[in-house]
Amino acid sequence: MTAGNMLLEAAAHAGYYALMTRSSGPQIRGGEAAAMIRISCVPIDCMDDHFHVLAAVDWDNVHRFGAEIPLGPDSLIAGDPDQGEPHEVFTRSGAGQAKVPLKKMAKAIPEGRPNMLLLGFAATLVGLPDDSVSRAVEKSLAKRPAALPPSLAAVAAGRNAAAAVERRYTLAPAPARGAARWLLTGNEAAGYGAIKGGVRFVAAYPITPATELLEWMSPALAEVGGTLVQAEDELASINMAIGGSYGGVPSLTATSGPGLALMVESLGLAVASETPIVVVDVMRVGPSTGIPTKSEQGDLNIALYGLHGDAPHLVLAPNSVADCLRTTQWAVQLAESLQVPAIVLSDQFFGQTRAVIDEPVELGIGTGNARLIAEAGAPGFKRYAVTPSGVSPMAIPGTAGVTYTADGLEHGERGTPSSQGTDHLAQLDKRRAKLELADYGMHWADIEGEGDLAVLTFGSCTGIAREGLARAQVDGVRARLVSMRLLSPAQPTRLATALAGVRRILVIEQNHTGQFFRHLRAEYDLPGTMTSLHRPGGMQFNPGDIHRHLIEWSRA
Amino acid sequence: MTEALTHTDFKSDIKPVWCPGCGDFGVVNALTKALAKMELRPENVAVVSGIGCSSRIPAYTTCYGFHGVHGRALAAGTGLKIARPDLTVIVTGGDGDGYSIGGNHFLHACRRNVDMTYIVMDNRVYGMTKGQASPTTEPDWDTKLSPDGTGLREFHPMVIALSAGANFIARAFTGDPNGLADVIVQAVRHPGFSFIEVLSPCVTFRPEQREWKKLVKPDAVKPTSDIARAARRMLRDTGFDLGVLYAGTRSPYAPRGPRAQRDVRELEARFAL
Amino acid sequence: MKQKLPRTVEQFMAYACAMEVEATERYAELGELMDTHHNREVAELFAKLARIEGKHRDQIMRRMGWATPPATSSFRWETPEGPETTDYGDLHYLMTPYHALKLAQHNERRAAEFFEHFAAAKLPAAVRESAAEMAAEEREHVRLIEEWLAKFPEPEPGWDEDPDPPAVAD
Repeated sequence: MTAGNMLLEAAAHAGYYALMTRSSGPQIRGGEAAAMIRISCVPIDCMDDHFHVLAAVDWDNVHRFGAEIPLGPDSLIAGDPDQGEPHEVFTRSGAGQAKVPLKKMAKAIPEGRPNMLLLGFAATLVGLPDDSVSRAVEKSLAKRPAALPPSLAAVAAGRNAAAAVERRYTLAPAPARGAARWLLTGNEAAGYGAIKGGVRFVAAYPITPATELLEWMSPALAEVGGTLVQAEDELASINMAIGGSYGGVPSLTATSGPGLALMVESLGLAVASETPIVVVDVMRVGPSTGIPTKSEQGDLNIALYGLHGDAPHLVLAPNSVADCLRTTQWAVQLAESLQVPAIVLSDQFFGQTRAVIDEPVELGIGTGNARLIAEAGAPGFKRYAVTPSGVSPMAIPGTAGVTYTADGLEHGERGTPSSQGTDHLAQLDKRRAKLELADYGMHWADIEGEGDLAVLTFGSCTGIAREGLARAQVDGVRARLVSMRLLSPAQPTRLATALAGVRRILVIEQNHTGQFFRHLRAEYDLPGTMTSLHRPGGMQFNPGDIHRHLIEWSRA
Repeated sequence: MTEALTHTDFKSDIKPVWCPGCGDFGVVNALTKALAKMELRPENVAVVSGIGCSSRIPAYTTCYGFHGVHGRALAAGTGLKIARPDLTVIVTGGDGDGYSIGGNHFLHACRRNVDMTYIVMDNRVYGMTKGQASPTTEPDWDTKLSPDGTGLREFHPMVIALSAGANFIARAFTGDPNGLADVIVQAVRHPGFSFIEVLSPCVTFRPEQREWKKLVKPDAVKPTSDIARAARRMLRDTGFDLGVLYAGTRSPYAPRGPRAQRDVRELEARFAL
Repeated sequence: MKQKLPRTVEQFMAYACAMEVEATERYAELGELMDTHHNREVAELFAKLARIEGKHRDQIMRRMGWATPPATSSFRWETPEGPETTDYGDLHYLMTPYHALKLAQHNERRAAEFFEHFAAAKLPAAVRESAAEMAAEEREHVRLIEEWLAKFPEPEPGWDEDPDPPAVAD
């Protein structure tokens, strides 16, 4: 892992875009672990169809990663001959092999470690400059300067070992640096997006793979005058966040599927009491405990439909690591201005992938104070007044003359509990209208390309679809890509416009039952015929899958 | 300079739906008197509740109110107080809301010791849903859901509060609203998590509780700041001993570590290459 | 919590006034409460008692030349609440005027005893005289309530039976 991080940083410093994901066995320490890195001259949002180099310190249980580390005949497997042979799951790809006695070589260097040798070896194979690698090593070992000389020596030894290997995967020269670049995970991007959007109170309960989002936010909030509190469970964290928001402070919590399931009752409370709140759901494989360390897009159903009663609310989905920043910031602003909960569907792939991205440009999404606030002493103040926009001013505790009781009970305009059907209808209409009448601007979806075929997707399938589409285009198959960022409320008019002239639609998603496909069928009247392409988590799509499927599909 | 407020300024015009004879009337009376006595203003007080007869209280005051979901009032109140430390936060509810579904939050609220006051109106029954046993119901009390009684030992909220870290613990009785008002004032003024277990008869489902006024022992307990002493005192507790049991010296919850008010964009240095 | 013994007529009359203020508020509150529960007769009765106590309060204020009642927050009664204040716990939604007047009778008797206690205590003569006056007035109130009460026979057992089970609202 450490070596993987260093390789990623070296690539970043050398001016490349890069992505790193990780996989590990169930052991807490000392288990098998793999770092997967893709390096590119252009921005990337997904892994390629296969890896070019698999370099291993040893082969213990590495075959468990077989499905995640596809190789091809042009690949190279490099391993220590004294640590066993690579498993058949890798060698059947036809990849070349290099034997590098890492352990022996490391022993020859005082305090040398095999993983540093691998780093030098791999860096040479792809042509990363020496100084980028050294810089990455120095940065990583900044707190342990004594380890630097042996590490650098090991890196150098690794480079020498690579000299004996014929195959090379030399990267094209890195593009000239235009804008600044950032290196971060989707979880960090979402955390920063939340703060940019105005969040200053977070209630946290740890859960894989959302924990790092909360951990990043804790010191960050302290820097900007905010607070994070650790809750005893998700039932507490969602209610703490609602309490903070009721107090006038934009509030957030983050969780994964099992936590979201616990939170749905209280999300309904936020809907009924019209209290803004943002919940980031970093989706993992479900159902139930599922596979906490793998990505899936399986929480769409619960995000859209999980609240009891008719409880309109916002559901958004970022579609790249960088987009986690923008979409979370937007979610905060929308939730605040519409006084409603927003669920942001990120996933494990975004959350835990480290990526080199271009510094985000300002998109005109607000940074605070989006809430419509009641003025002190407003005469005849009614918290839940039916207004043309559906949004009624919210009184913030501390403001005189406009006190009210927020309620999950159905209520009249003043907020007094009511069991009258007419009050219920009026408030239902209000809560729906405020979402339907809002202007979602340009952010609701990314719409790219032309043609009478369209690919419709969301979240982490977007990058994969985009690359697949680009390859298909080379083969003469043109298709539009629509990646929806705003999943609820539905946008039938705008989607119809985006798909005008389309004959056939391919809906791509990472879950077992085609949740997005069914949602589209339920909520939208789309042109042409719709086909679903879906796979559960743990069986990630890659661009080649999409490419092949598009070719077949376009001919059918 | 505004005129001093009286307790009537803290009562809203909404008519309580509680049964005539209900102890909760005494709590509204006491709470409004306490707030007036402390010279607070309604807009700076928030009353947070869950679900149940007792949880209807927020709307009967002119303060800011939050009527949330069953069992989660302490969590909502905690978030509110941490985000808005300038407010006086009073969390209210019944024994079912607080000790059953809310039990976990009760434990952690005592532990966390956020500066707020929790008033539980304990009538040893689930009134709102028509008479099921609650955690403080006697083991042999017959109900439809548990014929012949639950057979379970009662929950002892004051003992739990003491062991979990609450900084102020008292028991009061709704039949003495003035006494309760005094305890509320002490509780609000005492830093950290203040817990008042209020015996509040339910005349509809537990009419025998009308006898409570004969059973309660006013001033039976004297406050101590010594946990061990308070614990020993609880060994003799009759369930009707009124007074302040414990007034501790724990520091109230406060966010730890250095805090600043930097510009948001300075956070980008963490990502910049 | 012991009450401070009044040393002057002014202090004593402040107690008396506080008692009436509390009684007035309580009867008014109970009247509204019984109204919410559709017990019109008793609601009206409590409202009337509130008016009566209000008059007693106003009488005291006029006598003392007070524009507003003196602050009562520092007073402590020996009973949990003022002698003339009806205990919230003594109500029943099906109570009859008989029951309400029994409570009023109890209140007036306690008020009379309260003042008789001062009239007999080791206090300045002026205070004792005022107390004796007030006690006599309260005894008169007791008599009036009992006249009123005489119009209502004690209800038969079963007055508190309701064939309808309790309802649920939440």
